Amino acid sequence: MAHEHKLEIFRGLLKFKSNIQKIWGVLVFLTIVTAVEVGLGITKPDVLTANTFIGMKILNWIFIVLTLVKAYYIAWDFMHLRDEKNSLRRAIVWTPIFLVSYLIFILLYEADYIYTVFRDGFVTWDF
Amino acid sequence: METSVTTASEGRVWGGGNRPLGASYGKLMMWFFIVSDALTFSGFLASYGFSRFKFIETWPIADEVFTHVPFFHGNYPMYYVAFMTFILIMSSVTMVLAVDAGHKMIQKKVILYMFLTIIGGAIFVGSQAWEWATFIKGDYGAIETKGGRILQFVKADSGERAALADFAKTIPSDRIDHERRNGVWFYQDKALPSYTVNEVTEGLLANPNILIRTETITESGDKQLLTREESLTRIKDAKEVVEGANLIHNEYGSRLFADFFFFITGFHGFHVFSGVMINIIIFFNIILGTYERRGHYEMVEKVGLYWHFVDLVWVFVFTFFYLV
Repeated sequence: MAHEHKLEIFRGLLKFKSNIQKIWGVLVFLTIVTAVEVGLGITKPDVLTANTFIGMKILNWIFIVLTLVKAYYIAWDFMHLRDEKNSLRRAIVWTPIFLVSYLIFILLYEADYIYTVFRDGFVTWDF
Repeated sequence: METSVTTASEGRVWGGGNRPLGASYGKLMMWFFIVSDALTFSGFLASYGFSRFKFIETWPIADEVFTHVPFFHGNYPMYYVAFMTFILIMSSVTMVLAVDAGHKMIQKKVILYMFLTIIGGAIFVGSQAWEWATFIKGDYGAIETKGGRILQFVKADSGERAALADFAKTIPSDRIDHERRNGVWFYQDKALPSYTVNEVTEGLLANPNILIRTETITESGDKQLLTREESLTRIKDAKEVVEGANLIHNEYGSRLFADFFFFITGFHGFHVFSGVMINIIIFFNIILGTYERRGHYEMVEKVGLYWHFVDLVWVFVFTFFYLV
């Protein structure tokens, strides 16, 4: 068991004195990120919804990136992956990332195709 | 640096007993479970994405679906879910604190923090039950067309949503709820909605202030609003009155939205519920001093991993169901 803890987050930018302090620090960070998400979700700034990047609104990209950031800190500090060995950490993190990226790509691509079939086909769906 | 640890035991590599990952059996198995469970949830969320991309032009807007906060009236999109998210993150924090206290072998603190974690989990499950109940009960009511599309109603002057009760006429008629005991034992009709299609149609005709809103999302990201003339033509397609949501009908829009909502948040809620149960078992073990006698609190760490995983999944469910 890893009893010693690595106490810095943000690549050493922020260093805590004890593990308990680090936990509260991460909580503050996660709360801020959630507050930003909810704020953006309620206000929906026009700049972010009007423009798209690779077929998706900028706003949605921001949400997804912030979610991954939150997931990173939950896994690294709460599930203390930060203190585990590299090999364990890599096995845990990269396996799902690889499989899930593939799944998402293939399902969304197919769904978009079906969408065009519904749109351009000769069958009416709205009656 | 850390990967070169095995060199020390090089002499007896074949003898077994190596721990190349530096984690105990129990922890490793918990990680196995978490990774496979993460893949299950990813499958659900990806299939949600599939259905959404398929119906990208008509998918319900989450902000308009989840607008309630308990004990408050009015339109508060997302605040309650944000609160739920915070509760779950907070209970994750108390869980880490319990693990930390366990490392230091401070039994009293572990008990306190485990207790707080259980309370947090219970609040979350309760909130989710409330969210379900609100969703099932419904808000304004809508009309389903022959093609299975949903038509909602809007007040033309204020732009607010109109509930069926606001404009539907009351036309006396005999409607009998066909229950199981009245006919063949396996046949039972659906519960009757508050209004008939005829009453809603007549109400719309009589009330010039009511317009129909379709499922289609326009360029600006809002739902398409029909003009008065279009509304009057469109209401002819009406087939059923829908109030609330279930697996077959959904007043908020696409029925798949309701299906995925029940399935994914239900599966997650079930995880939280089992997490609370496991936490309670561990909680009593701590009080009984089981881990004190065992000499370490690794069990707390293992359920902690599970508990954080539940939190992690919620972060994704929150994003893909409520935000994006």
